[in-house]
Amino acid sequence: MSERRRARVSAFTKASALAIAAFISLPLVYLFVRAAEAGSDAWRLHLLTWRTVELLRSTAGIAIAVLALSILISVPYAWLVSRTDLPLRRFWAVMGALPLAFPSYIAAFTTVSILGPRGALATAIGRPLPEIAYGWSGALLALGLFSYPYLYLLLVATMKGLDPALEEAARSLGKSPGEVFIRVVLPQLRAPLTAGGLMIVLYTMSDFGAVSIVRYDTFTTAIYDAYRGLFDRTVAALLATVLALLTLVVLFIEWRLMRGIYHGASRTARRARKAVLGPWRVPALLFVGSVAAVTVVVPLVSIAGWSMHGAGSQSNPVEIANSLAVSAAAAIVCVLFSLPVALWSVRGRSAVAVAVERLTFAGYALPGIVVALALVVAATRLARPLYQTAALLVGAYVIRFLPEATAATRSALSSLSPLYEEAARSLGSTRFDVLRRVTIPLIRPGLLAGGGLVFLTAMKELPATLILRPTGFETLATRIWSETSVSAWSGAARPSLLLLVASIVPLWALVIRPVIGKNS
Amino acid sequence: MIRNTLLFLAVVSLAACGAPESTTTATSDTAPTTSTAPAGDQSVTLYSGRNEKLIAPLLQQFTQKTGIKVEARYGETAEMAATLLEEGARTPAGVFLSQDAAALGAVTKAGLAKPLPEDVTSRIEARFVGPDRKWAGVSGRARTVVYNPKKIKPEQLPQSLEDTGNRRYRGRWGVAPLNASFQSQMAVYHALNGPEALDRLLKSMVDNQPRRYPRNGAIVDAVASGEIDWGLVNHYYAWEAKKDRKDLPVENFFMPKGDASSLVNVAGVALLSDDPDAVELLRFLVSDEAQRYFAEKTFEYPLVSTVQPVTALQPLDQLRTPDIDFARVSEVLPETLSRINASGLSRN
Repeated sequence: MSERRRARVSAFTKASALAIAAFISLPLVYLFVRAAEAGSDAWRLHLLTWRTVELLRSTAGIAIAVLALSILISVPYAWLVSRTDLPLRRFWAVMGALPLAFPSYIAAFTTVSILGPRGALATAIGRPLPEIAYGWSGALLALGLFSYPYLYLLLVATMKGLDPALEEAARSLGKSPGEVFIRVVLPQLRAPLTAGGLMIVLYTMSDFGAVSIVRYDTFTTAIYDAYRGLFDRTVAALLATVLALLTLVVLFIEWRLMRGIYHGASRTARRARKAVLGPWRVPALLFVGSVAAVTVVVPLVSIAGWSMHGAGSQSNPVEIANSLAVSAAAAIVCVLFSLPVALWSVRGRSAVAVAVERLTFAGYALPGIVVALALVVAATRLARPLYQTAALLVGAYVIRFLPEATAATRSALSSLSPLYEEAARSLGSTRFDVLRRVTIPLIRPGLLAGGGLVFLTAMKELPATLILRPTGFETLATRIWSETSVSAWSGAARPSLLLLVASIVPLWALVIRPVIGKNS
Repeated sequence: MIRNTLLFLAVVSLAACGAPESTTTATSDTAPTTSTAPAGDQSVTLYSGRNEKLIAPLLQQFTQKTGIKVEARYGETAEMAATLLEEGARTPAGVFLSQDAAALGAVTKAGLAKPLPEDVTSRIEARFVGPDRKWAGVSGRARTVVYNPKKIKPEQLPQSLEDTGNRRYRGRWGVAPLNASFQSQMAVYHALNGPEALDRLLKSMVDNQPRRYPRNGAIVDAVASGEIDWGLVNHYYAWEAKKDRKDLPVENFFMPKGDASSLVNVAGVALLSDDPDAVELLRFLVSDEAQRYFAEKTFEYPLVSTVQPVTALQPLDQLRTPDIDFARVSEVLPETLSRINASGLSRN
């Protein structure tokens, strides 16, 4: 437990973290300004209504349900691929992460096209289905089945490093494997469960693509409706302010849950013995097989199916290059930014440090349009030359997705003992040298994983891209958008498939390999 | 508890620290404008809420003809309008091409639109030009009932919006509650008849068990396949569908009652800068050439008298369009949307 002591954090680190937090809070400042412009009448008229209560209920409801479904899938899935003798473990491990490559609007459209009242399943069985593809159940499927990998990846990383001694001790005291899992393994998973759970909850709160297609009202759809109908930004800002406050509550809960968690500096010399599944092999394979079928194979087949009937325009290689370039830039900047923020909060452990780290979540739960409009205001007034440039677009991605990198960096740092850094310091290295030669190499897998997550999320980002991109700048996501807004989904098939292919390589190289390892 | 309180204080004070600098800048809407491109630089920036596939070929024609390059940004109409409102006078845009009049009304209301030149507005029928010539329609889309002539005769179709609640249609008709044109139609109804009448209409629709579709195109497909007898759509969807399959059993019916039931929505333009190139683009959009393009490519109504719509469209001057100010429609639209939401029409 000596890991929990504080270490000194340089003024430079603190200053950078503060500057980053100030940048990330631009949308909050924008919201407060817009909300403050509204008189108290507007507050009463637009917020003190049953609709707000209903939206709070529906937003919290879907977030909790998506989290629950994600836990139900990811905990057994992660355990099976990292701690058992499941056949084809590596293959299943990769399949478990692939749903991350699907944009949520594609996930939702797949849900609707298969489970819709006149969808593929209804056609196959020859009668209409009840409307499970829409509303709450549709949103749960489209978001839960496709965002569980955030949690799964963190769980796999943790499970692989767990000290087997505790489990063996419990077994030797006569506990059954099930009891060992619940009473010994699960408590050690609190850190990844809360960190991954936070990402899933906030991601769900900010999502527009899926909920709009399955017609489930949340704060995000209400904010879009306000922009769409009203062109009066005040109401949208008021609603978004409530969403930001809700985020604060979620962050607070997560912070409470994280307190007192032992971030095991578990560098065990030996690997845990794989649990032998024996006759349980069949249900285990059925479980991972059906998860992979539903979350990877079915959407792939349905996308391929769209491309069959529909010409669709050929994709331009420039679009692919644009997507890759801005997403990679966002990933690099996010990883760089995550360092001072995570260093301060993990090593410094002060209230201010934690508050700064929490503040970097500001953009994560807000809908993309709010972040984009905040940057429209900021850039046209403060940084005119940057307006409608790729640099500003990257800035928007950083505001939206920095927490994905911070979470990964934070969890990598918290399992790295500060003793290594102290030793290097005592041997005369400068702080910067220690960071460059000791800390970064040791947490490299975490940094790569965080960068990979940002990259993947940025590849599929649409709302901020549409508003902030340079004139004439097409990405795969904007191409999917422009195809789907004229015709049916057939024209979107090719760019969607390209988006997946372009995402799979970095998903493999940056996220899956560092987390799962070469010979898992 | 003390630590928790401290955390909250820290977060709040940090947010507050960030505020002052940006507050001043974000509210200084009165700063001098620098947006307008230098006059006659042979290029103009267009914010288009209409799709690239439709607009890009037209812009090419314009560039070929005039030598003026068009920097076109494509996006959703509403989001472009929101962006324009945030940019204010600093917008790089010279022209805003909007999918609907409500967004034009909002941009006008914010004081961003400049009066259109007389020679542009005089080409367009007066009822499709905004107050003070701040915007003008360039193409029209009529709200119609699309029906399957094999399943139902025109005289059996609803004669007005109120008529959609007639019990004999129960479960046999379609609507796209999330479609912007349907929502505008409801907003016009709202503006003309008041909120209570709108609620009554919505309730009678919901009670009559419509089938809900994500978009107009899906309604036309469902009518063609016989899944429903008729649905509320824009007039050109049936034409689109028949482009490839002439024998498709779908026809348009124009409800005779007038007012919101025979609404003609317009896609239109607003002028945002003094750049003569921008004005040139507007002139082109109301030229016979561009108007013919809209008529032939999208089956929309041209809005100039010198170009005729494609055959078999009910002539525009026979449609009893409601006499209404679109700025008023954009004012009631948010309330309309929340009433549509509350009615349950958009939910299943």
